Amino acid sequence: MAALTFILKSSIGNKIIMGLTGLFLIVFLMVHCFVNSMIFMNDGGVLFNEAAEFMGNNVLIRTMEIGLFAGLFIHIFQGLNLMIKNRKARTIGYSVQNGNVSSKWYSRSMGLLGTLLLVFLIIHLRHFWYVSRLTNEITGHSSTMFDEMKEVFANLWVVIVYVLGMISLSYHLMHGFQSSFQTMGWNHNKYTPAIKMIGFWFSVIVPLIFASMPIALHLGLIK
Amino acid sequence: MSGNMNLTLKIWRQKNTKTKGTLVDYKVKDISPDMSFLEMFDVLNEDLITKGDDPIAFDHDCREGICGMCSMHINGRPHGPKDAITTCQLHMRSFSDGDTIVVEPWRANAFPIIKDLTVDRGAFDRIIGAGGFISVNTGNAQDGNTLPIAKHDADAAFAAAACIGCGACVAACKNASAMLFVSAKVNQLAHLPQGQPERMKRVKAMVAQMDKEGFGACTNTGACSAECPKEISLVNIAAMNRDYLKANLISLED
Repeated sequence: MAALTFILKSSIGNKIIMGLTGLFLIVFLMVHCFVNSMIFMNDGGVLFNEAAEFMGNNVLIRTMEIGLFAGLFIHIFQGLNLMIKNRKARTIGYSVQNGNVSSKWYSRSMGLLGTLLLVFLIIHLRHFWYVSRLTNEITGHSSTMFDEMKEVFANLWVVIVYVLGMISLSYHLMHGFQSSFQTMGWNHNKYTPAIKMIGFWFSVIVPLIFASMPIALHLGLIK
Repeated sequence: MSGNMNLTLKIWRQKNTKTKGTLVDYKVKDISPDMSFLEMFDVLNEDLITKGDDPIAFDHDCREGICGMCSMHINGRPHGPKDAITTCQLHMRSFSDGDTIVVEPWRANAFPIIKDLTVDRGAFDRIIGAGGFISVNTGNAQDGNTLPIAKHDADAAFAAAACIGCGACVAACKNASAMLFVSAKVNQLAHLPQGQPERMKRVKAMVAQMDKEGFGACTNTGACSAECPKEISLVNIAAMNRDYLKANLISLED
């Protein structure tokens, strides 16, 4: 195990943790997006509820959920840790800095975007994860996940918060997706342009699908 | 002469490492557009010396874009508004009459300010000292083609070796990270047969020294490469990370 301390000690090791957990969370986003997209079947949430029930009761999925929370926690903790360390590397800044010439604003704002996502995540977990996993409202069949979604998204402010959350996610992914490959050392003329293109469209499409859910439910486009 | 410029300069003045610095306004008159940025500084310093003031300390040496000494952060960018050049290769024709130009030193805690615009880049030397070399007595130079090296390897090594260690990458990075510099110095040897025996040891030692010096981590913003006077590619950072992983996870070398 001593051989693995470089992960904790070195800046590259720290970044590899960010990259690996980031890629893991990207995989989670794909699953989450796929399952939730079932509401677009417009069947009164029948198929979606079945999927939600499976995700909530399957032993394997519930075990993986622990891994998901671990991954999230490590990504958040390591991100904040790196943000603090990186600030310490330049305590006196420039009075004039023309950063937009050499890099994209969102690549320099991963800490800020991540913090916004953390706030969104707390709100989001309170809305759905807490209700479905820690109360018996849904397991006791007094309500379904789909009912819960309709109820939560009836509030316009909640819809606005979710859309803003997804804009943060989009920019966070826009940098994070391709950056994680670079950190892992996967940069080559043969495939890096493809990674960048896939990363861009993933960062646009996935948050767009997510954002369309509260909007569609709020406007009553899905019943 | 017509076309000459009058400019306002806001220059960082700082007595030494320990004192606090501040931006001070200076006026320069009749500056030729054909002067280099450093020559404009020479004019200003001559003026200050004549007046009995303390001239502005700034680093410079070759004045032909290869030594990497002229570290100036000009109007918010390392080496000023042009891409892929050092400050000595920046000419006053890149500015207009009446402009205000802000000149600051490289900002990084690993590069303490010695005086005014001069910073101590000894951290880079210590990183090289940690492993950026090959441990053999070379004797006389070998015949050029004694060791056949594939063109793509020679090109990659040469592209990395173009790094002049100026520190613009650190200056441009929001984290003051030295990853582009270190990766260039790792890769100039990693692509060549002479660099193989100590390859794993080298990358570990140089990264450890880099962290010890207090540079930040790499966020992959790409600002380093965009501001690099020698256009060192981000591919080097990825390659170094690969070697670093290999050195820690696979290699039997200590």
